[in-house]
Amino acid sequence: MKIDRRSFLSLGMGVAAGTALSPLPWKLIDDISIWTQMWPWTPVPEIGEVNYVNSTCTLCPGGCGITVRKIGDRAVKVEGKEGHPINSGGVCLLGLSGLQNLYGYDRRIKTPLKRIGNRGQGSFQKITWDEAISEVVNKLSEVRSTGQAHAVSCISGSDQGTVAQLLKRFLTAYGSPNFFTMPSMQDSYELALYLTQGIQASVAFDVENSDFVLSFGSGIVEGWGSPVRMFQASSRWREGKGKVVQIEPRLSITAAKSDKWIPIKPGTEAALALGLASVIIKESLYDKEFVENYAFGFENWKDDAGKTQIGFKQFVLEGYGPDKVAKITGIDKSTIISLARSFVRASKPLAIGGRNQGRSTSGRLNEFMAIYALNALVGNINKTGGVWSIPKPGYIKWPKVEMDDVAEKGIKEPRIDAAGSASYPYSQYLLNRVPGILNSGQENPIQVLFVAGANPIYALPNTKAVKEAFDKIPYIVGFSSYLDETAKYADIILPNHVYLERYEDIPTPVGFQKPFIGLAKPVIAPQFETKNLGDTIFLLAKGLGGTIEKAFPWDDYETCLKETLSEKWDSLEENGYWIDSSLKPADWKNAFKTASKKFEFIAAGKAKDIASLFGFSSSTLEGDEASYPLVLIPYDSMRLANGFIGDPPFVMKAVEDTVLKGKDVLIEINPETAKQLGMSEGGFAKLATPVGTAKVRVHLYDGIMPGIIALPRGLGHTAYDKFLGGKGVNFNELIGSVEDPVSGLDATWGIRAKLTKA
Amino acid sequence: MKEEHKHIKAKKYGMVIDLDKCTGCGACMVACMAENNVPFKEDETDKLLSITWLRIYKLTNGKPFPETDICYLPRPCMHCEGQHGHAPCVSVCPATVTDYDMETGIVSQIYTRCFGCRYCMAACPYHARYFNWWDPVWPEGMEKYLNPNVSPRMRGVVEKCSFCFPRYQVAKDKAMAEGRREVEEHEYQTACTQACPAGAITFGDLNNPKHAVYKLKMSPNAFRLLERLGTNPKVYYISSREWVRRSGDNYLANEVKIKKL
Repeated sequence: MKIDRRSFLSLGMGVAAGTALSPLPWKLIDDISIWTQMWPWTPVPEIGEVNYVNSTCTLCPGGCGITVRKIGDRAVKVEGKEGHPINSGGVCLLGLSGLQNLYGYDRRIKTPLKRIGNRGQGSFQKITWDEAISEVVNKLSEVRSTGQAHAVSCISGSDQGTVAQLLKRFLTAYGSPNFFTMPSMQDSYELALYLTQGIQASVAFDVENSDFVLSFGSGIVEGWGSPVRMFQASSRWREGKGKVVQIEPRLSITAAKSDKWIPIKPGTEAALALGLASVIIKESLYDKEFVENYAFGFENWKDDAGKTQIGFKQFVLEGYGPDKVAKITGIDKSTIISLARSFVRASKPLAIGGRNQGRSTSGRLNEFMAIYALNALVGNINKTGGVWSIPKPGYIKWPKVEMDDVAEKGIKEPRIDAAGSASYPYSQYLLNRVPGILNSGQENPIQVLFVAGANPIYALPNTKAVKEAFDKIPYIVGFSSYLDETAKYADIILPNHVYLERYEDIPTPVGFQKPFIGLAKPVIAPQFETKNLGDTIFLLAKGLGGTIEKAFPWDDYETCLKETLSEKWDSLEENGYWIDSSLKPADWKNAFKTASKKFEFIAAGKAKDIASLFGFSSSTLEGDEASYPLVLIPYDSMRLANGFIGDPPFVMKAVEDTVLKGKDVLIEINPETAKQLGMSEGGFAKLATPVGTAKVRVHLYDGIMPGIIALPRGLGHTAYDKFLGGKGVNFNELIGSVEDPVSGLDATWGIRAKLTKA
Repeated sequence: MKEEHKHIKAKKYGMVIDLDKCTGCGACMVACMAENNVPFKEDETDKLLSITWLRIYKLTNGKPFPETDICYLPRPCMHCEGQHGHAPCVSVCPATVTDYDMETGIVSQIYTRCFGCRYCMAACPYHARYFNWWDPVWPEGMEKYLNPNVSPRMRGVVEKCSFCFPRYQVAKDKAMAEGRREVEEHEYQTACTQACPAGAITFGDLNNPKHAVYKLKMSPNAFRLLERLGTNPKVYYISSREWVRRSGDNYLANEVKIKKL
């Protein structure tokens, strides 16, 4: 057959039509898309047997119960533990991304490291554990033999739990009183508790039963207290079981969730609390049973010398009437009066303080005292829905340390920060004072510094001064699991296991009403050559020998923990926690251990006069108004971890683009203020404070008071990995440390600032 | 046996999110990423390129200080039913990657079938779909936490929220193994629902009067996003604030009444 044009075309068309009608093209498209996805670099996760391991999250002081899903020997997901007393199944985003801390090999320290480059440069060489231990032991013996035992000090994330107590015990046996913890609102709360009630205890808030919460800037749903517990309490209130009034200059998420947001001039919260007290007293709305029978110093009183002292009543009525407070705080007189009335009329009102997450600074004592006084006026001390004092769990009952002569001598030396001395008689740790002391002195009061569970170079105010102070310390030993800013500054690092690889007891989550211990358990075998910090302490003690070694009679940390928790261990091992649910707060007859056996408004014999405890002054802000016309305040967010742990990649991914854009942080400013400065959304600006400067971008936010600018905490890391490091600005680089005149604690809440177009 | 089978009513899985309780904390976003092997890059601040099956939007009432108000709104895939399963994305997919499952009401996404034409992304009014412009890279070590129930995707495919469908499969297998026909409400919950610390998300069968979502969706404060488009979404929101409910759809300036279609 001859192939002519006609048959060629008809054949061609036939083939085309036939192919189109057959499944071939569709099958090919499908197959091609499948074949082109079979690349060896697309991972295929291994399958295996599924099981769950219960543990406790340690990424913040919340103490949530977690359960980790495992496939074979891999941990694949962290979930909240159902039925747990703290978080009952809920979990926050930081806890959820815990495995990125475990498996984030770029941010972890894999073996003991010794510094070879300059401080902070991050050049280390790997050494063995034996070398590391013997090097630190030699250094410690050398310092001790020169009579400088007290010059060894330790910064710890907390002083609760066996690991922190072992560190403290190590210092005691070695001969140094210089143990420090990082600042938090608990410092001020516990001090207020001591001054008013004469007890050393933890403060707890019965938020689940409160029906009116007056919050002085506390980030109830932004990480304050034990975060997941607070979220659940907040949802209860949203179901109509309580009201929340939020007082702060910025519309935070907590403010947006609350029933009423009252913007206030920042730094005047204490004055407002006293103003509310004056309305309550003037209108005679206070709880008379409590105030008349169980409180001291409400009325004027006579001291031992027979001199009449002003009581709380006269003090607030004379000094803090609503007219005056309206002027100080910028809140209408009528709002103040109606707020005071609705606070009192609620059946279970509760006033809380500690701004934002309450974890970065201790806060002004007068503010906490004034808030405490409000609680006392409505008689909710140790009552359902009120503020409680909870004894710290006393399960650590180790034999007293036997001290040799060096230790005896060293421990009697005054503390570097003067905490507990005549100048600061009631404060335990004043780490905030240390950088200043180191930077001003000629001599070096610290020869060796241990840093455990803390990242002071990042998290203490005035980064520059902190670094300068660290530069003066000849030898820094880091125990971090992660290569954070402080670890990068260390001379030697003895890395701890990550929390999912180790045992540890986590007592008393912030603000929880019952004595509670959570247990962190090894979920998987250690990924690297790390050691539990408890075991590292034992090795150091063993190396030093003598009474120091004798102070630690345990074979290993696990044995120590089991023995310490004794009868509680079974419950801990089985449930992951131990709780004393039967505990009820002491009734008013027995609650107060002050000289008067009553709740003291005036802290008789402890404070000079009432004004020194409560008196409001607005002079706590660094910088002069002429050169720095704006006020810079920080804000905290669940999506930005800002303490010892830095944001893992998942959490960074959740950061809003109105907070971080590329590598630039956005500063919140009211559109009106921005207009005056000629700035528009997204524009670059130079931010200057008396302490430092930074390049930022501008985000116009109607929810912030004109004249105030706000920057998030948790950015500006210079360590960790590429997902977190080098992005944004560390708020602490822009702010100085301000000392509270009474407690000596860090009371920084903001700083004067200037914003110029860049 | 066959007769009996017919009596099992089709399910319509859906979600009710209480915006009064939602605090925008981001736990749902991260729970989703961890459950579903969602990758991450060095810079995730360009949200158009940031793969978030569930994204939280911040709404504001647009009023100046101090009348300002904000609200957070988590947006998973809406699993639109449209009319008889004609979801906007399903109608345009040339490769049957995405389909409306009549048994569960879940809009599927079969990655290996996808060749990246992105018609579905153009069709989706909720921006719930994301395209993999790059191959995902897990930094050293992090491949270890990948969930074997969810296949990691690669460059060139579209992905989206599946209402954690693999969890449904696991729950169904378990029920079958135990000789049960029905999956209990608590047995199948999405990762975001399980994680939410505020308890703002409720998940279940919208057709089943015993499930919590059934009642919640009838709240007078319940609304859905862009209802007027007729997408018939299966994610409901609850807000006691009128401005929030109003921002769920487009209204004329002088339009007063908000009425469900």
